[in-house]
Amino acid sequence: MSQDIIAPMQRTKSRTSLRGLVPWVVFAAVLLLLPVFFQGNSTAFTLLNVIGINIVFALSYNMLLGQGGMLSFGHAVFFGLGSYAAMHAMIAIDEASYAGEGFWAHVPVLGMPLVGMIAGGLVALVLGWPFCRRAGTAFAMITLGLGEMVAAAGQMFPSLFGGEAGIYGNRMVGPQWFGLELAQSSDVYWFIAFWTFAGVFAMWAFTRTPLGRMSNAVRDNPDRLQFIGYPPRNVRFMIFIAAGSFGGLAGGMAAVNYEIITPEALGLIPSGLALLMAAVGGLGVFYGPIVGAVVVTLMNSMLSDYTDASILYVGLVFLAIVMFAPRGLGGGIEQVRVAWRDGDLGRRLPGWLSGALAVGLIIVGLVVLIELAFQATHGSDEFAHVFGVDFDAAGPWGWLTVVVLLVAGGLIKRATNKLREDQA
Amino acid sequence: MLELVIFSTLNGVLYGLLLFMLSSGLTLIFSMMGVLNFAHASFYMLGAYFAYTLGMYTGFWPALILAPLLVGALGSLVERFGLRRVHANGHVAELLFTFGLAYVIDELVQMVWGTVAVAYREPSYMREPLFTLFGTDYSIFRGVVILISILMFIALWYLLKKTRVGMMIRAALTHGEMVGHLGHNVPRLFMGVFGFGCALAALAGVIGGPLLATEPGMAATLGPIVFVVVVVGGMGSLQGAFYASLLIGLLQTFFVAIDASLADVFNALGANLDPYGEVGRISLATLAPMTPFILLVLILIFRPRGLMGELEP
Repeated sequence: MSQDIIAPMQRTKSRTSLRGLVPWVVFAAVLLLLPVFFQGNSTAFTLLNVIGINIVFALSYNMLLGQGGMLSFGHAVFFGLGSYAAMHAMIAIDEASYAGEGFWAHVPVLGMPLVGMIAGGLVALVLGWPFCRRAGTAFAMITLGLGEMVAAAGQMFPSLFGGEAGIYGNRMVGPQWFGLELAQSSDVYWFIAFWTFAGVFAMWAFTRTPLGRMSNAVRDNPDRLQFIGYPPRNVRFMIFIAAGSFGGLAGGMAAVNYEIITPEALGLIPSGLALLMAAVGGLGVFYGPIVGAVVVTLMNSMLSDYTDASILYVGLVFLAIVMFAPRGLGGGIEQVRVAWRDGDLGRRLPGWLSGALAVGLIIVGLVVLIELAFQATHGSDEFAHVFGVDFDAAGPWGWLTVVVLLVAGGLIKRATNKLREDQA
Repeated sequence: MLELVIFSTLNGVLYGLLLFMLSSGLTLIFSMMGVLNFAHASFYMLGAYFAYTLGMYTGFWPALILAPLLVGALGSLVERFGLRRVHANGHVAELLFTFGLAYVIDELVQMVWGTVAVAYREPSYMREPLFTLFGTDYSIFRGVVILISILMFIALWYLLKKTRVGMMIRAALTHGEMVGHLGHNVPRLFMGVFGFGCALAALAGVIGGPLLATEPGMAATLGPIVFVVVVVGGMGSLQGAFYASLLIGLLQTFFVAIDASLADVFNALGANLDPYGEVGRISLATLAPMTPFILLVLILIFRPRGLMGELEP
């Protein structure tokens, strides 16, 4: 049903050469070098920590949607419950180390993501079976209901979920490992970086296991899977548990990072965020959701400094990707990579560049339009600032710019299509 | 007691009819195009807001007609230029598209009409009591809403069962390709049905706006419930959606109306639950928003195809 947006993963030859290690070395190097660039910039570290959490969250979501073909609207249940479990564990550590005895007194806060992971997996184990009968629309609706139900239950049991205010803990408790105090966001960065790397690597390793392969099979052809003796429901159930575990892992990271968790973290909005990040990044490429998590998190946090319509832009980017680039940003990167490998880049680059120019012009046009509309509807005296230029909704020039940009973008797009047709 | 039963039933039926007005459009679209329109409740919200703005110029009654027409046209455009494009990429892509659309519509509504509720109310003469029972008034507007809903259902039934277009729609539900081979324009039919479904949702918004509240969260509150209706009723079954709507409408209303806690209920059944414990203390009214989802889970366990759904292949 979804073969087109989720291209079957290319079967890479399983050779143990060093080339397979390159992306991981680069990934580790980036994680190690980032603090050098942002030294002393605590805002940057806060943002980096959120990105790390979201990377794990989006990748765990993609285990369901991208790898297993199961569209879920309730993935935040595992994230949130994992987070709650980790938070309760953190509180237990606090109390136990205050008393100076007990099991929790010896557990480091660094291990909280594992608590979240176990909790997420257990929740999926308990809840999952009735949901995994069908994939597709039925599964989507059921997970939506699950999410709403758990979110509503979250408000109902204040001793567990803390009611509207949520529960909060303190991460600077218990035994310290590796001299990591976890006082500032730059300390927490190392914790997040470690678990991001470990989580990403584990999820990548999962795709190489027989179960990981099977999850692609249940996405592409459940009937055939049944035929050769693997009940699709069992396979889906196992994927569901694995995805729930890693969702819980991200939740455990979040518990340590934010030190507070509210029932809102269980609801549709964070579930939608996971979907958004995975789809923007690309469902068919393993690293797609990583790209998506970085881009969407950056957009969410940075755009709000410049415009009041930031969420609208995120939504529009999502819509545009679903409509025009169903393979997402990761799919685009992959296309360029393959073209380069085949020595085809020189021939195809002009088409891509002019296509990108067209899309860029249209985007700028839309941005100006939205900012003007926002100014007009809110009747603010300020001008709409776009890329350092002021536009006034009262005069014609701003609106004219919009028309010119959109028409120019459309014309270039048309020319690009013709160019590509000629090439093909 | 009798008062409570009568008024809860009336309100429950009213709410159920509203739910059906939403879910009927959703069901039609789903059974025809196989796509569950995630943005359906957003069109409901647009209906309420359009009626609010139009009503300031034209009054309530013209807005009742104009707002659904506008939203229906908008829905057709969305199908023609959005959904049809995505269709080639499969059902998941379509669902993602409508999900993104819901996101964008919610944001646009907040941008245009603000983040707080607008003062969208029925005309003042409709706030007069229609009848008074046990000292409680039942307003004319509620009677009008029930009347409009019933008229709409008759119209829908007539359209589907007695007209040529309805025949084509019913044929296209099961044998879309064959209808195409016979020379009918199936894509245009899809566009029409999608627009029509959106218009129905908008109509629900026009009359539901004053009853519930016209605020940017209204789509998010009702949306999941409408999906539950469709799944509980059996995906694609109009009749099932009707029964499920009434069931959920009554269930939620009665849960809100009955002043009892879980301990009261369970202890009456012979269990022994601490009335001051965390579980026993929960009142039925706070459980009300959860009832549709509890019903959903029960249905999934005991009757996965829904009330009136087709047997699963």
